Amino acid sequence: MAIDRETVRRVAFLSRLKIDDDKIEDTEEEFNKILNWVEQLNEVNTDNVEPLVSVNDTNLTLRQDEVTEGNQAAAILKNAPQAQYGYFTVPKVVE
Amino acid sequence: MTGMIIEGKTASWEVICGLEIHCQIISKSKMFSGASTHYGSDANENVSFVDAGMPGMLPTLNERCVYQAVKTGLGLNAKINKYSEFARKNYFYADLPQGYQISQFKYPIVGEGHVTVDLSDGTTKDIGIERLHIEQDAGKSIHDMAPDKSFIDLNRAGVGLMEIVTKPDFRSPEEAGAFLRKLRSIVRYLGTCDGNMDEGSMRCDVNVSVRKVGEEGYRTRCEMKNVNSVKFVMQAIENEAKRHVEVYENGGNIEQETRQFDPSTGLTKVMRKKEFAHDYRYFPEPDLLPLVLTDDYIAKVKADMVELPDAKRARFVKELGLTAYDAAVICENKDTADFFEKAAKGHDAKKVANWLMGDFFAMLNEKKLELKDSPVSAENLGKLVELVTSNVINGKTAKDVFEIMAETGGDPEKIVEEKGLKQVTDTGAIEALVDEVIASAPDNVAAYKAGKNNLLGWFVGQVMKKSQGKANPAIVNKMIAEKLK
Amino acid sequence: MTKLTELTIAQARDALKKKEFSAVELTKAYIDEMNDKRKYNAYVLETPDVALEQAKKSDEKYAHGTDGALEGIPLGIKDLYCTKDIRTTACSHILDGFEPQYESTVTSKLLNAGAGFLGKLNMDEFAMGGSNETSYYGPVVNPWSKDVPLVAGGSSGGSAAAVAANMCAAATGTDTGGSIRQPSAFCGITGIKPTYGRCSRYGIVAFASSLDQAGPMCKDVRDCAIMLNVMSGYDPKDSTSAKVEVPNFESFLNQDIKGLKIGIPSEYRPEGLNAEIAAFWDKGIEMLKARGAEIVNISLPHTKYALPTYYIIAPAEASSNLARYDGLRYGLRVNGEHLDNMYINSRTAGFGTEVKRRIMIGTYVLSAGYYDAYYLKAQKVRRLIRQDFLNAFEKCDIILTPTSPVTAFPIGDESMLENPINMWLNDVFTVSVNLAGLPAMSLPIGLSHDGLPLGLQLIGKAFDEGTIFKTASALEQDAAFRKGLK
Repeated sequence: MAIDRETVRRVAFLSRLKIDDDKIEDTEEEFNKILNWVEQLNEVNTDNVEPLVSVNDTNLTLRQDEVTEGNQAAAILKNAPQAQYGYFTVPKVVE
Repeated sequence: MTGMIIEGKTASWEVICGLEIHCQIISKSKMFSGASTHYGSDANENVSFVDAGMPGMLPTLNERCVYQAVKTGLGLNAKINKYSEFARKNYFYADLPQGYQISQFKYPIVGEGHVTVDLSDGTTKDIGIERLHIEQDAGKSIHDMAPDKSFIDLNRAGVGLMEIVTKPDFRSPEEAGAFLRKLRSIVRYLGTCDGNMDEGSMRCDVNVSVRKVGEEGYRTRCEMKNVNSVKFVMQAIENEAKRHVEVYENGGNIEQETRQFDPSTGLTKVMRKKEFAHDYRYFPEPDLLPLVLTDDYIAKVKADMVELPDAKRARFVKELGLTAYDAAVICENKDTADFFEKAAKGHDAKKVANWLMGDFFAMLNEKKLELKDSPVSAENLGKLVELVTSNVINGKTAKDVFEIMAETGGDPEKIVEEKGLKQVTDTGAIEALVDEVIASAPDNVAAYKAGKNNLLGWFVGQVMKKSQGKANPAIVNKMIAEKLK
Repeated sequence: MTKLTELTIAQARDALKKKEFSAVELTKAYIDEMNDKRKYNAYVLETPDVALEQAKKSDEKYAHGTDGALEGIPLGIKDLYCTKDIRTTACSHILDGFEPQYESTVTSKLLNAGAGFLGKLNMDEFAMGGSNETSYYGPVVNPWSKDVPLVAGGSSGGSAAAVAANMCAAATGTDTGGSIRQPSAFCGITGIKPTYGRCSRYGIVAFASSLDQAGPMCKDVRDCAIMLNVMSGYDPKDSTSAKVEVPNFESFLNQDIKGLKIGIPSEYRPEGLNAEIAAFWDKGIEMLKARGAEIVNISLPHTKYALPTYYIIAPAEASSNLARYDGLRYGLRVNGEHLDNMYINSRTAGFGTEVKRRIMIGTYVLSAGYYDAYYLKAQKVRRLIRQDFLNAFEKCDIILTPTSPVTAFPIGDESMLENPINMWLNDVFTVSVNLAGLPAMSLPIGLSHDGLPLGLQLIGKAFDEGTIFKTASALEQDAAFRKGLK
């Protein structure tokens, strides 16, 4: 499955990354090289093989419903690039 | 049939609608962290490092959220899936700290079920439930605190949600409205969600399409996000369906898109076209293992189930002799039903229901009180009804006593005792009063005897007055009629 | 007398107990060593004051006889571990200045056992890389370099170099596709990636959640056993950590390996395998045979598909794990007019080339229309790879292979830079283990003709690190690698 320039742009946007126009061609080429390489997997017959989701053989352990954390707004905001009145702030969100 | 048919120029159209409802789960702590779910705290105070999406933080699943989802699933007559999986739904947004929402995708915790709704024409309809899955809520972005900035509060981030998806079974706004009210009633009965749409603890996405009557399959649908009242949901369905019909009738096509419902106009407007649709890139959440429920666990939840509104209503009709209508009104809210049952215990249930739905609700309304704050207790309401049924006081006096109860919260038996309001049933005493009245009004006696029958009421009124309202009106009536024959 | 910094954990601990020197003295010796060897660029943050403060407390503990398993032992910590109030960046620009307000479970356990932290160690950005060249802070120089500066391997390159150059007694590493074992081999030290679920991942910056495991990188096998015992154990904060008892790993050392079945997978000896590496592998086989172990030929038929499987699954998980680095709550923010611009600007400036590459691949293989062809397919092949190992372990107790098909190569090697796949191919012997969730150790076995360390890898059954330690201690004695250093 060769991918085109538009797909590269779409994937970059989904990843919230910018690719400079002069890099698009290289990226596309590299992308295709990598995809070609991983497509070796098509040689493997995986009929009736269940996908492996986790190597753990156990089931999920559940936590009791207790409040164990909180009242630490200062610690939560400690590393914030911008904060005001106890909130994180960002450039205006537009839909 | 309560289906809505829209008559167009070229055809008759029927409405097709399905709902997705997000219900905030009632639990002390969040779904994947130990932070509190408390509403109304200072910004970012109920936030753990997990909720804030800090590097290296991992989710741990709250047992209570699983319990609540299973309980709700049982309340929706749905299949509980013993195996379910969490998945990440990936998208960027300011109030989504991890850059993904932990949800369920391929393997939800609850599968197909159904809810029976009652419709205005007296019929019922089964609405199919497609699935119920659990996921985490997002934080809140506040846009109106500054012109150039948005403010982010993560207190809500990570609170447990149940997303309930119905089949496209609704054929009219009325059916959707009835379903939402029923669903709200069920989750409130179960104590799994408080069901307050205006506070956002229950939020509804509406999917609408139309098709010609008799047509097979479905046409393109549009989705309206976060419609926040039953009334608005009904309005949104009606107006969106009409829009579709108009577009089709004019030879146009409906595009799949996400639309926003504007409560001020009742209309919808486009929010996001399909080509800008998100690509959520769901994949199994590698930080959590599959959730496996045992039969014992499900049985344990089942054992905790309370009687649901439908069962309760049927019982009230069958065992307590209530009308279907009264039972439905009383059972919509569990607190009301419980209050009623307590009040009716050992007394005439139908009369208790009349009092409850009449003077009692009117009093709460007037005083703007919640049921739980009522000055009249269930026991006292029951006692009051008993005083009437056992002829200790008459209906008129009962209303006066109720007014005193509403003011003081007092016991009706004591009020009647203290104020000497017991009705007079001693025929001798009543006869004396009757004779007195007849003797004092010879003109009226003559007129009555001449055929002016409606004067009977005047005589009764005079006697009641003389007895200070305590005479048994039935006895008075009968006696006067006898004497003036 | 041996320099203090040359002592193993076991030796230093015994000497500290006997009060031959103090923890403060030991720590100061390491701080001197760090000052002298900055040219290796092993540390991205030095915390001598923290280490000395901890050493003082350790000396008190020794005085009171309340010393822990690692009391007074100065360690280096890979920059992927969140350390409270100590800058943690995963060697990425996007985490500029980030000071976690929490401590990872593994580093908490080390602190509770009395260890001191000398600083944060260099690594490939977000652990993505096999040469430590993707670090925002520049590559680590392999202490074995002669004329040309060589890579230390990756991603735990700083950890491997620091241990090899005696800049810490031991270090923490993490291993997603070989990130403990390959740099250990390149730098001539011993490192073990335990079974997935053995150590908690809580507080370790995530790369690929279903593959990441913490592990120790040490001067010898015994130190690995001592340190792994402290690092291991079920953690309720990590849902994937295993409720499995942790044995005393040290007790397996020097056990008899007579009759132990050693599996030798034919697929790990492809045509064109470096002859010298093949020869050292044979030498290892002979050593074990001489001690009465039984050599069993086994097959891991899907080995060839491990790399492409890994390079779908790891980027897919990474693309999602790294979505949180958006410039909003911590780290680098490059403002933009709107929120999306801020995301794009911050992430574009904050991530390096390799990280961006993997985020994009991961995004693509998960996106609508491609999920089944790539991600789902890879998960299925992953099951086959795991099944290969389960089948093999029906016939043998442990597997012996080379750790890497190459020795340390020059920094800035063109063939590696030209095509990212060339770099990825170096993981060929290590990634299967992560895909299968198994424990594996790399230990040095000898030096190549040009004087560079070569490592062998021991792969065990799930939660059977004990057999690895048993076998490794035999190989270590026979190879006598550390003795050769003197």
